[in-house]
Amino acid sequence: MEYRTVLTTCTYCGTGCGLLLEVMDGEVVGVLPAKTHPINEGKLCIKGWNAHEFIYADGRLTKPLVRKGDTLEEASWDEALETIANKFAEIKKTNGPDSLGCFSSAKCTNEENYLLQKIFRAAIGTNNVDHCARL
Amino acid sequence: MEKFKKYIKELFESGEIEGFLGIRKNGLHPVPHLFTPEHPEELETLTIPDVRYPMTEILLTIVRKYPDKKLGIMVRGCDERALNELVKNQKILPELIKHIGIACSADLAASCRCAQPYPEEIHYGEKVAPVEDRSDIEAIDTMPQEERFDYWMSEFSKCIKCYGCRNICSMCFCDQCTLEDNDLIATGQAPPAIPIFHLIRAFHMAGRCIDCGLCEEACPAHIPLRTLYRKVRESMSGFLGYVSGTEGGEKDPLEFLGSEGYMVPSKIDEK
Repeated sequence: MEYRTVLTTCTYCGTGCGLLLEVMDGEVVGVLPAKTHPINEGKLCIKGWNAHEFIYADGRLTKPLVRKGDTLEEASWDEALETIANKFAEIKKTNGPDSLGCFSSAKCTNEENYLLQKIFRAAIGTNNVDHCARL
Repeated sequence: MEKFKKYIKELFESGEIEGFLGIRKNGLHPVPHLFTPEHPEELETLTIPDVRYPMTEILLTIVRKYPDKKLGIMVRGCDERALNELVKNQKILPELIKHIGIACSADLAASCRCAQPYPEEIHYGEKVAPVEDRSDIEAIDTMPQEERFDYWMSEFSKCIKCYGCRNICSMCFCDQCTLEDNDLIATGQAPPAIPIFHLIRAFHMAGRCIDCGLCEEACPAHIPLRTLYRKVRESMSGFLGYVSGTEGGEKDPLEFLGSEGYMVPSKIDEK
């Protein structure tokens, strides 16, 4: 019999609300707002209150998928990253760096967003950087 | 505090309880936690802060999976009122749940405007005087009817339909929630229809609400929900003589079905 809470940050938007994942016997069963968190002060929106629901959703991707012909096939991370790197290099060579762009996400951390814009600006050479919060 | 930790440890060792639902320190944050005899060292992180989590709501989550376990739970005055209602509604068995009583600090009692900031038996803390304050209700009662209506409509219009008031509420233990019934409430749509969304909840709080105020603390729109439910609570005691949260056999009169007895929700193990 185990019930514990894991303090974490809501992944749904860039506000960064603190929430507690309720874990029973290793399974995430619910969410509570973190009452002492300076951002949300014990409050959540409907997305935060249900932030645990995608964890066990059938449609959740747990492995990278690589398109082969008409189908998406499960692949290793090495294979997926290799594919991306090769395609990016090829597109950049053929059409120039501004033919590429990236959408980052409010669901990522500040550091992850920084790294994504860095790889596009410094490694690829384009300012085509945007994010999901505009959508 | 050391004495308190030792007391919990003794309850584990004697087998009187198989788990203790309390609060532990997680860095700077106090968070709910189930302490168990298998990990007595975790009691070192046990804390009693001036922060309230919906302990009885969490207890129900645990009891649904472990209906036969003997559990201790940290209870303040509000938690004890909630437990009394949960017993009457057959959600917990009183013989399996041990109340570990905490008297709230004067600061907490004042910020909660709590009419009973301590449980029956106190294992930690000193009893402080109850706070009798119905200025919130009085302020609204003295408004002319039209102004009062406009006031509530303006408050309800701030709602973002997060369901936080329902989610955090220890008294929201129904198997099916009216607020998620598509025939009554347009689900999947925000904002909610006002005032019906809030009035449905207010009606359902009659005979249930134990005036803990966690709903209002959880409301991102700062709607004075507690004032609304306190008024409903007063109406229940005024018209029907029922005060929710009191211990004993008397049940919510709104669940009375005449000779057929009471419409008490299904037992926890029948779910």
